[in-house]
Amino acid sequence: MSQSNASSVDYNFDVVRQFTVMTVIWGIFGTLVGVLIAAQLIWPALNFETPWLTYSRLRPLHTNAVIFAFGTSALFATSYYVVQRTCKTTLFGGKLASFTFWGWQLVIVLAAITLPMGYTSSKEYAELEWPIDILIAVVWISYAIVFFGTLVKRKTSHIYVANWFFGGFILTVAVLHIGNSMVIPVSMMKSYSIYSGAIDAMMQWWYGHNAVGFLLTAGFLGIMYYFVPKQAERPVYSYRLSIVHFWALVSLYIWAGPHHLHYTALPDWAQSVGMVMSIVLFLPSWGGMINGIMTLSGAWHKLRHDPILRFLIVSLSFYGMSTFEGPMMAIKSVNALSHYTDWTIGHVHSGALGWVAMVSIGAMYHLIPVLFNQGRMYSIKLINVHFWLHTTGIVLYIVAMWISGVMQGLMWRAVNTDGTLTYSFVESLTASYPFYFIRFVGGVLVVAGFLLMAYNMFKTIYAKDDSLKPVAIG
Amino acid sequence: MMIDYGTLRGLIALLILALFIIIVVWSYSKKRKNAFDEAANSIFEEDKEKTELSDVNSKQESNKNV
Repeated sequence: MSQSNASSVDYNFDVVRQFTVMTVIWGIFGTLVGVLIAAQLIWPALNFETPWLTYSRLRPLHTNAVIFAFGTSALFATSYYVVQRTCKTTLFGGKLASFTFWGWQLVIVLAAITLPMGYTSSKEYAELEWPIDILIAVVWISYAIVFFGTLVKRKTSHIYVANWFFGGFILTVAVLHIGNSMVIPVSMMKSYSIYSGAIDAMMQWWYGHNAVGFLLTAGFLGIMYYFVPKQAERPVYSYRLSIVHFWALVSLYIWAGPHHLHYTALPDWAQSVGMVMSIVLFLPSWGGMINGIMTLSGAWHKLRHDPILRFLIVSLSFYGMSTFEGPMMAIKSVNALSHYTDWTIGHVHSGALGWVAMVSIGAMYHLIPVLFNQGRMYSIKLINVHFWLHTTGIVLYIVAMWISGVMQGLMWRAVNTDGTLTYSFVESLTASYPFYFIRFVGGVLVVAGFLLMAYNMFKTIYAKDDSLKPVAIG
Repeated sequence: MMIDYGTLRGLIALLILALFIIIVVWSYSKKRKNAFDEAANSIFEEDKEKTELSDVNSKQESNKNV
C-alpha cells in the first residue's frame, strides 16, 4: 500500500483513450437508432419499405449498440484505467489490450452489418450469429487475461473494491455468453440452440437477466466505487459495506432470471424462486446505492457547482429507483399487469438511460481531461446543459412509458360482464400514440445531449496540452 | 454414506449462508477497520504525490479547501 514512486509508472492509457472516444461515438449511434425506431412506432412509413430499415431488424441493432457498443466500451475504458491506477502498474499482456479494442470494434461493426441484413439467433441481447459469438468469446477471454493479469502483477497489497466488481463482471459475462451461445451451426449464418423448449427459455433469461445484473450493474458499480469518491474528493462512505455489497450482489443476482418467464411453460416452482430471489435482491442493490450517495455526506454543496458529480449522483438515484421497481415488477401479481406492456420498456430505460448512461457519462467527463492532459473539460457549462437535456429526456421517456404501460395492462385485462374483452388490441395501441410521441421527444433530447458531449470532448482533445486550467469554485 | 440430491442442495445453501455471515463479521470486525480506511483512501495517494511535486491540481470544478 505504501508505494513511493507511484507517479512514475508508465501507464498504458492509449487503449483507455481509444475506448473513451468510442464510448461517446457509440453513445450517439445507439441512441440515434433508438430515436429512429421510436419514430417508426408513430410514423410507420419511416421504414421506407426497406427490409433492412424495418423495426424488427433495427430494434436488436439499437439494444446491441447501446449495451455492447456504448456501455461495454465505457466499461473497457474505465476498468483498464481503474485497474492500472489502483494497482499502480501498467496493463498486463502488452499488445493484447490493443487487440481487445480492435476486436471489440470489429464485433460492433459486424453486428451493425448482420442485424439489419436479418441474421439473428432470435435470442434477446444475444442475437448475433455463431461466427460473431466466437469472436466475442475470444475478445472477452483476452480482456479477462489483461485485467486479471494486471491484478496479479499489482504493486499494492490490497485490491481496491472497484476491481472486485469489474473482475466479477468480466468473469460472469464470459460464463454467461459461452453458456447461452452453445449452438449447432447449420451454415455460415444460421444455427440452432443446443437447448430445447423451456430449458432454452430458462438459459436465455439466465443469460439475459445476468447481462443486466453483471454487465449493466456490477460493472457500472465498479465505475461508481472509483469515480464517485474521486470526483467528490472523499473516500467511499463505508468500505466495509462495499465488501458485503459485492458478495451479496453476486451471490443473489444469478437466481433472478426466471422472473422474465412468469406464467409461461417454466415450472411454477422455478418462477417462484425467481420472484423471491428478485425481491431479496432489493437489499444489496439499495445497500450499494446508499453507499454511493452517502459518500457525499457532509459535502452536498458540491452538487451545486459540479455538473459531473451531479451526473454521478443522479445516476445513483435512478439506480435506486429502478432497483426498487424491478423487484416489485418481479412479483407475479404485479407482473401479470406489467408484462408485455410499455411499463417494461420504461423500467429498462430508467435503468439504462438513468443509471448506466449517466454514471458512464459522469465517468467520461472525469476521465477525458485526465487522459488528454487537461485540467478540465473544454466547457463546464455545456456539461451542465447536457445534464439537463439528459435528465429531462429520461423523465419524459419513463413517465410516458409508465402511463402507457399501465394503461395497456388495464385495457388488455378488462372484461365485460358477459366475459368478452372490453377492448381490442388495436384500441390499446391507438391509446398509446400520444405517449409514443412523448417518448420520441425524450429520446431526441438524450441524443442532443450526446452530441454536445462529443463536441465538448473533441474541443478538449484538440486544445493545447494543459491549456484548460481547472476552475476553483467557492 | 448416502445423501440424496435434495439434502445435498440444502446443505450447500446452509454452507453459503454461513460463508456470507462470516464475510459480514469479518468485514465489520474492529481489527479490520484501519486496513479498510487505508484502502478507501488509497485512490487519492497518487494525486497527493502529484500535488506535492508540481502543485498542479488535476481536479476540475471544486474547492480544494473543503
